[in-house]
Amino acid sequence: MSSFTLTVNGKKHAVDVDPDTPLLWVLRDSIGLTGTKYGCGSGYCGSCTVHVDGEAIRSCTMAIESLSGKKVTTIEGLSMNFGHPVQQAWIAGDVPQCGYCQSGQIMAAAALLSEKSHPTDEDINASMNLICRCGTYNRIREAVHVASETILKKELGQKGGK
Amino acid sequence: MKTALNRRDFLKVSSVAGSGLVLGFYLPSKENEMLVGPAADFSPNAFVKINPSGTVTISVAKSEMGQGVRTSLPMIVAEELDADWTKVRIEQADAHPTKYGSQSTGGSFSVRGSWQMLRQAGATAREMLLSAAAQSWNVQKTSCRAEKGFVVHSSGKKLSYGQLADAAGKLSVPTSVELKENKDFKILGKALPKLDTPEKVNGSAVFGSDVRVKGMLFASIEKCPVFGGKVKSFDAMKAKAVTGVKDVINIENGVAVVANSTYAAFKGRDTLSITWDEGQWAQQTSASIKKLFEDAVKQKGSVENYDGDAEDAFAAAPTKIEAVYEVPFAAHATMEPMNCTADVRNGRCEIWAPTQAPQGAQNEAARILGLPLDKVTVHVTLLGGGFGRRLQSDYVQDAVKVSKAVNAPVQVVWKRQDDMQHDWYRPATYNLMRGGLDKNGSPVAWLHRVAGPSSRGLVVGGSTPPYSIPNFIVDSHIKETGVPIGAWRSVGPSQNGWVVESFIDELAHAAKKDPFEYRRQLLGKSPRLKRALEVAAEKAGWGKALPRGIGRGIAAVEGFGSSIAEVAEVSVDADGTLKIHRIVAAVDCGPVVNPNTVEAQLESAVVYAMSASLKDEITIDKGRVVQSNFHDYSMPMISEMPKVEVHIIPSTEAIGGIGEPGLPPLAPAVCNAIFAATGKRIRRLPIRPEDLKRA
Repeated sequence: MSSFTLTVNGKKHAVDVDPDTPLLWVLRDSIGLTGTKYGCGSGYCGSCTVHVDGEAIRSCTMAIESLSGKKVTTIEGLSMNFGHPVQQAWIAGDVPQCGYCQSGQIMAAAALLSEKSHPTDEDINASMNLICRCGTYNRIREAVHVASETILKKELGQKGGK
Repeated sequence: MKTALNRRDFLKVSSVAGSGLVLGFYLPSKENEMLVGPAADFSPNAFVKINPSGTVTISVAKSEMGQGVRTSLPMIVAEELDADWTKVRIEQADAHPTKYGSQSTGGSFSVRGSWQMLRQAGATAREMLLSAAAQSWNVQKTSCRAEKGFVVHSSGKKLSYGQLADAAGKLSVPTSVELKENKDFKILGKALPKLDTPEKVNGSAVFGSDVRVKGMLFASIEKCPVFGGKVKSFDAMKAKAVTGVKDVINIENGVAVVANSTYAAFKGRDTLSITWDEGQWAQQTSASIKKLFEDAVKQKGSVENYDGDAEDAFAAAPTKIEAVYEVPFAAHATMEPMNCTADVRNGRCEIWAPTQAPQGAQNEAARILGLPLDKVTVHVTLLGGGFGRRLQSDYVQDAVKVSKAVNAPVQVVWKRQDDMQHDWYRPATYNLMRGGLDKNGSPVAWLHRVAGPSSRGLVVGGSTPPYSIPNFIVDSHIKETGVPIGAWRSVGPSQNGWVVESFIDELAHAAKKDPFEYRRQLLGKSPRLKRALEVAAEKAGWGKALPRGIGRGIAAVEGFGSSIAEVAEVSVDADGTLKIHRIVAAVDCGPVVNPNTVEAQLESAVVYAMSASLKDEITIDKGRVVQSNFHDYSMPMISEMPKVEVHIIPSTEAIGGIGEPGLPPLAPAVCNAIFAATGKRIRRLPIRPEDLKRA
């Protein structure tokens, strides 16, 4: 056991776990943030996707010891009151079915849009390679495009205001 | 329409007894949920509760696994209640032996099975609110009407349901109520967004593995990799030395490592050394299972259904077609691996389970612990996928046994590999098909002999062709293989729909007829399915020219009270890569509760069926499942998605199911399209690139 300090959703947490403990289990069992899901434990499915320094990563394969000084954002940190354009697009398109993979899908979409505010279908195919067993894929694609429109409009509005 | 009430369902229950434990899935509400006053709640039956602030709480007794029951079932109650939909809240019902009828969530039965009961529940509450208003105004009840959460008098004065709750609660429950005509529906038939969508986009939704109980421990179980095997001996010394591990327990079919975190339990488990008694199936392989089935179909089987004399008609037919169709075992692979939390202490058992069978879970726990049912509480969480897998209670048994052994609340979490290798699989089947055509190409004989494992119903379901063929026979051989078999989304029709709809396509091509027209002419006895077939063909532009390289296929399957036809457009590259471009589905499911969820379920069915047609295969070696995770049991991804178009056929037929019937037509529509594009007939699933490569 070793002590680690990490910043999750803007808040500092000290945890006492084995150095090889994946971030996923630190979030769920040590910190109590259960929005990030366990799906496969091997990085295949993406249900555990969170942001580390703004980049989408699969937290089930990232050991806590590699995270010192990094900033972690989980689904709970994206916005609890549905303020993020991706969450709004997900609600508008009524995307989730069972919902289990959706935290990961949303975090992957948010990371994609922060990098490319106007992604093509090919960009979506490449970045949104997460498994959804309920098959919400077509609604996910549509929602990413809708969120992209919102973001672009906001950016235009800000430019116009300057 | 006047309907008599079932007394058992409409016993007046108090608001306290009527409320299940709330796991945090109330929607964010501007209402003051804490409103407390002298006025009492109004709760005329197990499903409806109205509090003095006007909030309508509807108990959902079926399990939400993505199919939308937490929205569709409340819509049915709210319609008859004339509730204000914005004031409707949901509460997931705990398991109860009788209060809600069957809580088992399967067979695409939630809406159609609850339809009458929930309408009566809503209508009863509405009638009592009307009576309460009429009494308080001292007017005729017939001069009052219910409207969006209010009772309105013909004079224009009105009282809200909240204001009337206390008075309505003092009235006796009517013995019969009037239900609405379908044409008067205001909520039913609207494409409403699902009530539980918001909690699924901010991480607050509570699935089974998100349950947290004070003082709980976590457990991971190494089970015998061979089906039916047991623990012979084990060494737990290393596991007990792992930081966080509290205990190691023998549960006979496996060894449980109990720890203060999931990861510590996983780590401890990795160090276990176990000797197994592998039992009678240790030499079983996929090849030996195939041989078993192959040998079986050489003999006549037990007859499932027949008409005329198919053997004689086949022998006399001028054109004979024979083929073998093979289907593999398939796993459910829900996104949320099996898990359950149990607290067995002081002669009581409390369970939190993502289960499709709350009453089954309650019964199993009571049986294992020797407790009466009223000492076993089962809270139903959200399910991270179900698809039939969670009708089983094996993971509930795990949690109950381990909690009892350590005398503390315990959450058992299955790893993905446990989930993949200890499933209750869709049966593998081997189908000998024979068809005879007369000189005009019309089918005069149809013989389907199927061999499969364990469960007759799951092997033969959906095998009787819907077509008018004068002589047909379906017979079967059921052989034990040791592989656990269970309900897999769309059950028998998932494989038999493919077999039947592929083989009728073979007959159409042998007769040199258009596959759509050939089917259409044989569907005289199934007008509903015929209509679905026609709508799908029309919407897909059947008969119109397609770009070079693209083939079009059609299939139609009836099941779960609904009729669905699908048209697929596909192309195949020189290297055998299959691309599905477009799926057009036409469905007749009777009255539609929520078109949004009907569409979503069909979109979902297409993807689930794609996985079984293009990807999924569970194989057996040395009595154990070979596949372990998504690298060797892969899923369709967003990049592979076709365009999916859903057409709901306006219908006055009886209400049908929608969770499953969209699956069976997909595989045959795709395989028939492959034949149209390449001339290659696919007779074993999943479709493999090597079966599609150009010679």
